Amino acid sequence: MSRIPLDPATSPAFPKAAKKSLGDQQLRRNVRHATDVIQAKRKRMVEERDDWQDLRESGSQIRQHTLRYLDQYLEEFERNCTKAGGHVHWARDGKEACEIVTRLAREAGAKEVIKIKTMTSEEIHLNNALETAGIMPVETDLAELIIQLGEDQPSHIVVPALHKNRHQVREIFKQKMGLKDLGDTPADLAEAARSYLRHKFLTVPTAVSGANYLIAETGGVCIVESEGNGRMCLTLPETLITIAGIDKVIPLMDNARTEVLADEEGRQTLHCIRCGACQNACPVYRQTGGHAYGSVYAGPIGAILTPQLQELHHAESLPYASSLCGACYEVCPVKINIPEVLIHLRHKVVEKQTKGLGTLNPEAVAMRVMAYIFRSEARFRAAQKFGRTAEKPLVNREGWIGWLPGMLGGWTQARDLQAMPDETFREWWEKRDKKEGRNG
Amino acid sequence: MLERLGHTVEFPAGQTCCGQMHWNTGYQKEALPLVQRFVDQFRDAEAVVVPSSSCVAMMKDHYPLMAEQLKDETLKAELKQLLPKVWEFSQFLTDCLGLKDVGAYYPHKVTYHASCHGLRNLGIKDGPMDLLRNVKGLELVEIENLDRCCGFGGTFAVKNPETSMAMLEEKLGSVLKTGAEVCTACDNSCLMHMEGSLHRQKAGVHTIHLAEILAGEEAGQ
Repeated sequence: MSRIPLDPATSPAFPKAAKKSLGDQQLRRNVRHATDVIQAKRKRMVEERDDWQDLRESGSQIRQHTLRYLDQYLEEFERNCTKAGGHVHWARDGKEACEIVTRLAREAGAKEVIKIKTMTSEEIHLNNALETAGIMPVETDLAELIIQLGEDQPSHIVVPALHKNRHQVREIFKQKMGLKDLGDTPADLAEAARSYLRHKFLTVPTAVSGANYLIAETGGVCIVESEGNGRMCLTLPETLITIAGIDKVIPLMDNARTEVLADEEGRQTLHCIRCGACQNACPVYRQTGGHAYGSVYAGPIGAILTPQLQELHHAESLPYASSLCGACYEVCPVKINIPEVLIHLRHKVVEKQTKGLGTLNPEAVAMRVMAYIFRSEARFRAAQKFGRTAEKPLVNREGWIGWLPGMLGGWTQARDLQAMPDETFREWWEKRDKKEGRNG
Repeated sequence: MLERLGHTVEFPAGQTCCGQMHWNTGYQKEALPLVQRFVDQFRDAEAVVVPSSSCVAMMKDHYPLMAEQLKDETLKAELKQLLPKVWEFSQFLTDCLGLKDVGAYYPHKVTYHASCHGLRNLGIKDGPMDLLRNVKGLELVEIENLDRCCGFGGTFAVKNPETSMAMLEEKLGSVLKTGAEVCTACDNSCLMHMEGSLHRQKAGVHTIHLAEILAGEEAGQ
């Protein structure tokens, strides 16, 4: 039942991965429907509050403050968690975190562990590490169970199986649970999952969870869930292992977060509380779904988080997987200015890609030439004239271009381009001034 | 249209590009000199009217940061003077001049597309539609999901052509559903994007900038 996890290091670049997703009409219908439903609900809730903007501001302040004093809060959490009978382990990266969890599960004599939905465990590929060690992870969150049984990948941080509809879920359950007659109403599917999982809850004594928040003051772990399965995972087992990134205010695992924190412009990324609002609002995600982002963190937050966690070794196409429309920033409850971070990361990508021989890549050359043109009126005029001549072979009788070469071919794949007018605004304006005896 | 309203219009010939494409694609170094150029061209204006909401958003949101990066105190001070005088075209009419009716005539069925940067960075909400409602002969039909991006996004449209097209397809579906003959907006880039596909599909619907509608006059006037 082992899945190959989404991994930015091996995933294709976004445009290529997106092309594949865009060909899946069922997936696109599912994503559009699900995000429409969630967005409408969110809108209703936001409209109920006249202090929504104040709440966003205070959410943003809390996150800023906590990250600023992260070292102190981490130590406070460790102190209070230990006092309350817990053990805190620190991991430098995903590999170390997986080793610690595996060791703890082994020490507890576990052959199986039950899991609450934890995206951090997906980030570090914990399930594969456990399986390699002969320990079977069992997902108990309904959506994660669907993903695990379907040998699929999560495509949304809050609603991991958002890309599947209930008919598809029924097929997975029928096949993997060996059920002959299964309806596809929510009640049928919930009942099937309940019967399948109840036995696990009662017999598996080791559990793995993530954390929505770690509370420094009490050393406690806070988890928000809607199914009740999470609560059973937290309370029934004898051993509970919680994994969290240090950005959860109190985390245990770094995995490049300290580097993100050191970057003045990028650090607001760590304010993220993983609510998924940006994914639901994103017009790009709406079309492609989550898998195209090549990481467990999809959508706008993934487009800024993944490249930073990878320290730009991978996922360089992700900062460009956005039209910068700003819908993500508008809905973010902790006011992460995602478009600004995207632009910041694009700059870092360009700096990296234009080093050495990279200065000769066609895009960089074109950009430099255009910048050179824009710095002078005479060159700008000459370029407009030249453009009109150069485009001529491509312009049809009606004054339209249907095919463009090279990089610009992306435009004419499905769009035409109007040719430059015979007279530019500038020329028209000057002629008009002359005629009226004005001199501008 | 501006002259019809009694304003003196000048077009500084040395103006080129605001630098948005470079900046937003990650070519910051190339965009930086364009800030000084903009200030040099426009510093004496009483008001700078820009018929593109994304260019205005570029100037207002990024120019001060760019001057900061250049560590140029004079430029920073000049921007502080100049930027409040920079207006997106529709906002110049509605917010600066307080107009809703500019005496235009345009006998067509029109729908309005809210460009993202205008909507979210500049806060353009009802202004353009108020202006359109007061155009003689014009029938305004509102589009569903007004706040959804058309998929242009500058270099996004060529770097991610398939995704951009999927977004455009959905947007054009909404445009066509209105039954409008013409789709207008405050940003030529969105319009060029939409027109590109409308033309390819031979949809019979066209795009036109808001300024062109508001410039329309009844024959004989």
